[in-house]
Amino acid sequence: MAKRIEVKDLDIYYDKFLAVQGVSMTIQPRSVTALIGPSGCGKSTFLRTLNRMHELVPGARVDGKVFMDDQDLYANGVDPVKVRSQIGMVFQRPNPFPTMSIYDNVAAGLKLNSKRLKRSELDDIVERSLRAANLWEEVKDRLPKPGSGLSGGQQQRLCIARAIAVQPDVLLMDEPCSALDPISTQAIEDLMLELKERYTIVIVTHNMQQAARVSDVTGFFNLRGVGQPGELVEIDETTKIFSTPSKKATEDYISGRFG
Amino acid sequence: MALSTERPSPRRVPQRPGDRIFSGFSTGAGVLILVALAGVAAFLLVEAWPSLTAPAEDISGGEGLVLYVWPLLFGTLISAVFALVIAAPLAVAIALFITYYAPRRLAQALGYLIDLLAAVPSIIYGLWGFQQLAPLTVDPTTWLSENLGFLPFFAGPPSATGRTMFVAIIVLAVMILPIITAVVREAFRQTPRLHEEASLALGATRWEMIRMAVLPFGRSSIVGASMLGLGRALGETMAVAIVLSVSGGVTFNLIGSGNPSTIAANIALQFPESTGLQVNTLIASGLVLFAITLVVNMAARAVINRRKEFSGAN
Repeated sequence: MAKRIEVKDLDIYYDKFLAVQGVSMTIQPRSVTALIGPSGCGKSTFLRTLNRMHELVPGARVDGKVFMDDQDLYANGVDPVKVRSQIGMVFQRPNPFPTMSIYDNVAAGLKLNSKRLKRSELDDIVERSLRAANLWEEVKDRLPKPGSGLSGGQQQRLCIARAIAVQPDVLLMDEPCSALDPISTQAIEDLMLELKERYTIVIVTHNMQQAARVSDVTGFFNLRGVGQPGELVEIDETTKIFSTPSKKATEDYISGRFG
Repeated sequence: MALSTERPSPRRVPQRPGDRIFSGFSTGAGVLILVALAGVAAFLLVEAWPSLTAPAEDISGGEGLVLYVWPLLFGTLISAVFALVIAAPLAVAIALFITYYAPRRLAQALGYLIDLLAAVPSIIYGLWGFQQLAPLTVDPTTWLSENLGFLPFFAGPPSATGRTMFVAIIVLAVMILPIITAVVREAFRQTPRLHEEASLALGATRWEMIRMAVLPFGRSSIVGASMLGLGRALGETMAVAIVLSVSGGVTFNLIGSGNPSTIAANIALQFPESTGLQVNTLIASGLVLFAITLVVNMAARAVINRRKEFSGAN
């Protein structure tokens, strides 16, 4: 549980196009690391390399190293399916499986890789995951109903419950609140603060207040110019990034003097 | 302003001529379908009526309408259902291969090929089945009757010409395969990327992703496409008329020489030489086919609606 991630000189490509260049960072366990930056700077792309989702795009590849504790995620013979089962992901738009009930959505990951669980064990895990996602009270009476009948914020918490049901080591969140109203956003942010007690959380966000509220460490991504690759400008403790950043570009961005 | 419980008077909304023309046009098109359907049903009923009321010995075969239509209905159902049983899983597998496994170039070529196959007229399939396929099945069916003869389907004795229900079923299956594949492939292609990624991010393999996201999403399309194919197989006339050597009654033996005909093929073969009550009898069998097709379609709709709230359309 809650492993450290270490990235060394990571270059990320789409075919021949270098999208992100030279990222090195260490992500501490039991903390929230926020990645901020302008649109198109590659922060989501970078996030997707951490659980090897990036390579699902035809022609996409990476150069460099990503370690989770001592395990090299991109070493020869590492099964990306295994990596993804150890690293949970929550997406920008809530995406519960529309053809499954609330219960089956949470249990979806557990039924993979032909794991066999007893019904009572499954019930326990589903309840525990929904409780951890602060959703249990709202859905406990309608577990067999379709997940798509929930509100957007509830659906996103359902997706979080689905991701943590398999007890991942790391939880990646790609702008998890961008499609939600402020109240649902607050619920997810509170949830992040609870979850970081047990998980390593990396969140991509466009909302700087959100980064300031929930994260311990913030990384700022930027584009050097049009057509140039994105890069990690700096990464530091959130309080420091938002008060006395060491780079001019960071200061311009967080104070709104961008470009 | 005082609160009032009265209903507000409906506001006059200005109507645009374009809206009115289009709504009139689409309403008309909708009504036209109903009129055509009702017209066909009325025609069948009126023309079949004399045979429904005629004494049993006047009907072709001399044993009454039910006994005349029953073997035909049986032949129709057994050929269509077996064709569907062969074609539907194959179509789903082909569609999956095209959308998820084949390299892009190959997938494209295969897609075109499937669409092309769907456009081949049924008489061509019939000729192919009669000329090419039927003789080729003689040896295999002999083997089937010797080794799997305990199954009623392969009881034998095998036909010497190969013009059996077995061949008719294969021809029908080949005929409906492209249409089912085309519809199912289109549905699979529209699986939301979001759901595929949701399952992959949970650590699903590609097959698990397909089972979790793609197949459930395409489920109603699979049922719909199968019904489309079944409808085509039920009504297929020429291919069956050419292939099948008809001489028998109701039998599950698919490889023998005595096969029941199908309703559509029987109408096509008998109609030119029929007069009077015989024509009414044939039309009565057509009425049965019409009813069966309606029932099949309604059943398919019921199957799809049963899990409507899980369809993802809400």
